[in-house]
Amino acid sequence: MSEKLLKVKDLRTEFFSSKKSSVVAIDGVSFELEKGEIVGLVGESGCGKSVTSLSIMQLLKDTPGKVTNGEVIFEGKNLLTATKKEILDIRGGRMSMIFQEPMSSLNPSMRIDKQMIEGIRLHTDLSKEQARERAAKILSQVGIPDPQRVLKNYPHQLSGGMSQRVMIAMAMSCDPQLLIADEPTTALDVTIQAQILELMKKIQKEQGMSILLITHDLGVVAEMCSRVIVMYAGKIVEEAPVKILFGNPTHPYTQGLIASVPKLGSGVKVLPSIPGSVPDLSSMPKGCRFAPRCKYATDKCREQEPELLEVGAMQRCRCWLKQ
Amino acid sequence: MEKILSLKNVSKTFPVGKNLLGKPDKFVHAVNNVSFDVYKGETFSIVGESGCGKSTTGRLINHLLTPDTGSIQFMGKEISNLTQDQMRPMRKDMQMIFQDPAGSLNPRMRVEDLIAEPLLIHTNMSREERMKEVSELLGIVGLSSKHAKRFPHEFSGGQKQRIGIARALTVKPKLIIADEPISALDVSIQAQVLNLLHHLQEKFDLTYVFISHDLSVVEMISDRIAVMYLGFVVETAPKELLYKTPLHPYTQALLSAVPIPDPDYQKERIILEGDIPSTINLPKGCPFAARCKMCRPECLEQRPETKEVEPGHFVSCHLYK
Repeated sequence: MSEKLLKVKDLRTEFFSSKKSSVVAIDGVSFELEKGEIVGLVGESGCGKSVTSLSIMQLLKDTPGKVTNGEVIFEGKNLLTATKKEILDIRGGRMSMIFQEPMSSLNPSMRIDKQMIEGIRLHTDLSKEQARERAAKILSQVGIPDPQRVLKNYPHQLSGGMSQRVMIAMAMSCDPQLLIADEPTTALDVTIQAQILELMKKIQKEQGMSILLITHDLGVVAEMCSRVIVMYAGKIVEEAPVKILFGNPTHPYTQGLIASVPKLGSGVKVLPSIPGSVPDLSSMPKGCRFAPRCKYATDKCREQEPELLEVGAMQRCRCWLKQ
Repeated sequence: MEKILSLKNVSKTFPVGKNLLGKPDKFVHAVNNVSFDVYKGETFSIVGESGCGKSTTGRLINHLLTPDTGSIQFMGKEISNLTQDQMRPMRKDMQMIFQDPAGSLNPRMRVEDLIAEPLLIHTNMSREERMKEVSELLGIVGLSSKHAKRFPHEFSGGQKQRIGIARALTVKPKLIIADEPISALDVSIQAQVLNLLHHLQEKFDLTYVFISHDLSVVEMISDRIAVMYLGFVVETAPKELLYKTPLHPYTQALLSAVPIPDPDYQKERIILEGDIPSTINLPKGCPFAARCKMCRPECLEQRPETKEVEPGHFVSCHLYK
């Protein structure tokens, strides 16, 4: 369990509105992923969790975004300096991704079989027929009752839950070592979400791959992950094993976030809430980015930015209070 | 307790597809035989998954849609057969908050005009009086009067929803229909808006019809809850009973599917097979039969009646006689 599958070091991604002006979406993001673990990346909209995953996958090419600093080392290779061909080889093969909107990530004018076979044949040297067999086999693994029929369908003929299963099947088709799942269940209903989460857990156990699960839903994190990384305004503010994070969160933002989620069966009428809202990326506060909303903030917090430091076994926190 | 709203056997279908003569030949059965009462001062929630008819029910109550059959009484008056002109004065007592705060505010109007618009329609206040009212309301929903001259795009999602709430409050309504008012907001902002809604209810003695898919949120805010599936209300109960002893197999599955933000929490999860059936061809028997583990032959043949199993706890299921 100690082998590092993915190392992200000091990653910084900026979005350029012109040559000179840019906003920094994520800054100084560093974390590691071991083989076979499920790590949650949580935060609210605009905190940079999706930008982090897109930067890892090198999917910012057609956007104004650019990785301007850092390293992404996957299986010993730095993806940021890799050639285009090497990236194409890894992406969809050793490392694959599922997205939030299953409907819009499938090509609406292509039958499922064509989309799946295309992906499989890019990364293996199977014949068309073999690839088709493999596609059918994976579809049945992800719990699709009649794979032969689904293979002939167009995406619009499938329900939301079914298309997400197809997306997972496509991501799994080349036995990836790392699966990046960006809000995989957010667009789904709770009963369908339960099916998909169960499926992801099952596949992870069978294949032993690692999952980076990006979500805003703390309930999903508690159920799926062994370790959690919390992001706020483009930076990691806390990282801890899941039990410690929920039992003993150290960063005031994490504390506030966990407290502000209504829990089934708790019987409370009024929730503790975090005042204010997330700062604008183009006008970040000077010191700690959470200081304007933090009830413990001191003058030091407003002036100087804290480092992300170890505060316990496997626990890191970016807060002056803990340093 | 005083009844403020009462629905009896309300159904609504929408035509889809056309035959050779251009007449619709298929119908989406969005809401089927829905009955419930809402009492003054309570929060009545409608929960269910997408396509279960909860939003259509909200729109029927507000008369944005007219029901095909059934009766809707608001404050003792039948409203299901009113024309839009006859309905307009009633809307003063019945306001709505929508899911998408950005989409429900006109981007070209200043906040003060947005909030004052209901006053323009329903009262004959002068502009000064209206603006005074606006700045008071802005304070009540946690904004300040200096925000009055700004445009909607200058606000965050949570602030926009506060503006939507202020606008609903201007005409001092008795009933507010809130259709997924916090689903588009971030977690930390959701709590702020929920607390605001709770606070306003106490302050103005409001009645809420709260439409949501999120069972943890519903538990916090509701007094009574109706669970909908495929356009039918399958279970209605006071909050405590529904969460402690859910009776309908669908409610049980729905509750067990909610992810709990506590890694130590162990629970039996009921994983439902398959998807929600189409509302075009409704199943002959119980709407839930196709996915139900307890399904028996009679469930496929006969629609279950609604029974009161314990006081206030209604369920439509053949398991309960």
